[in-house]
Amino acid sequence: MAKIRRNEKREMPALNTSSLPDIIFMLLFFFMSVTSMKEVTYKVQFKNPQATELTKLEKKSLVRYIYVGTPTAEFRKQYGAETRIQLDDAFAETKEIGEYIVNERSSMKESDQGLMTVSIKADKETKMGVIADIKQELRRAYALKISYAATQRTSY
Amino acid sequence: MAKKIPQINASSMADISFLLLIFFLVTTSMDVNQGLARRLPAPIPPDQKVEDKDINKRNLLVVKINSANQLMVQGQLTDVKQLREKAKEFIKNENDADYYPKLVEEDFGAPIGVIRYTKDHVISVQNDVDTQYQAYLDVQNELVAAYNELRDECAHKYFHKGYNELDEDQQKQVQKVYPQKISEAEPKNYGGN
Repeated sequence: MAKIRRNEKREMPALNTSSLPDIIFMLLFFFMSVTSMKEVTYKVQFKNPQATELTKLEKKSLVRYIYVGTPTAEFRKQYGAETRIQLDDAFAETKEIGEYIVNERSSMKESDQGLMTVSIKADKETKMGVIADIKQELRRAYALKISYAATQRTSY
Repeated sequence: MAKKIPQINASSMADISFLLLIFFLVTTSMDVNQGLARRLPAPIPPDQKVEDKDINKRNLLVVKINSANQLMVQGQLTDVKQLREKAKEFIKNENDADYYPKLVEEDFGAPIGVIRYTKDHVISVQNDVDTQYQAYLDVQNELVAAYNELRDECAHKYFHKGYNELDEDQQKQVQKVYPQKISEAEPKNYGGN
C-alpha cells in the first residue's frame, strides 16, 4: 500500500536548462530573418517626413528606391552640401533616373514589370523643385506607381 | 580504462545567446517600408497638343503652397489641419451648394443604388519650387485622408463595414462614388524667393 510520506525532506530536482540555449537561438534566428536590413549604404542622409495615411510596400522585389538628401559628412568635401540623388550605391543626376528605371524594369519578370513601384525616400527639408524633377523623369520612364516614403505621425 | 570526459558546463550558453539576441535587436534598424502611395499621370506625347480642358470653376478646388509653406485654398490662407474638412465638404457637396461641384445622378449598382455624387470635381495642387517636401506631403496626406474618410463613411452606410473590410469588388464600387482626383500642376514660382 502506498504510504504518504509527508514529513520527509525531499530535495527539489535541478531544473534541466540544457534546452534554453536552443530556444534562445531560435529567437535569435527569428529576429535575424525578420528584421530588414537597409538596402544599400546611404551616401545621402535624410530624415523621413511624417504622414498618417500610409500603406505598406508589398513585395520588396518590385520596389526600387530613389534616395534624396544631402551627402553624408565623408562625401561632403567632394560633392558639397547641396541636395543630391542616390540610385543604388552611387550618386546620380536627375537625367539618369529614366535610364535606371528602364534598366531595372527590363531585369524584372515580364509579368511583374507593370507592378514596379518606385519609392522616393527624400529628406523632409528637400525643396519641391528637386522632387518635381524626379517625378517628371519618372513619368517619362512610365514608372507611374510611386510611394513617398514616410513615417507614421504620432502627434500634430 | 577509458577516462570519462567531464561534461562541459553549458549553463552560460544561454547567456551568450541572449547577448547575441540583444545585440541584433538593437542594431538592426527596423526599416519599415511605408509610404504614401500615389499614381503619376501618364506623360503627354510630345506631338499631342495639350487640350485645354474646360473645367467649370465650381468643380475645381485649388490648393496652393508657397515657398514659405503657407497654404492657400480657394484664395484663402488656410491651416493644413483645416484642409481635410474643407476637402471633404468640397467632394461631398451635401447641400447642393452652387459654389461646390455639380452633383450628378448615377446608378452604382446594389446596394448603393442611384445616388448623386460630384462626378467632375478636381482638386488641383500647385506648389512652388522652394516648397518644403514635408509641407507638400502634408497636403497630399490630408487630401488622401479626406478621400479615405469619405470612402469609409460610404462603406459604413451601404455595407455596414469599414472600407478595409470590403472585398475588392465592393471597394471598387465605393471608389466609383468617390474617385480620387488630385491633379498636380507643374511647379511654378509663386511670389517671393
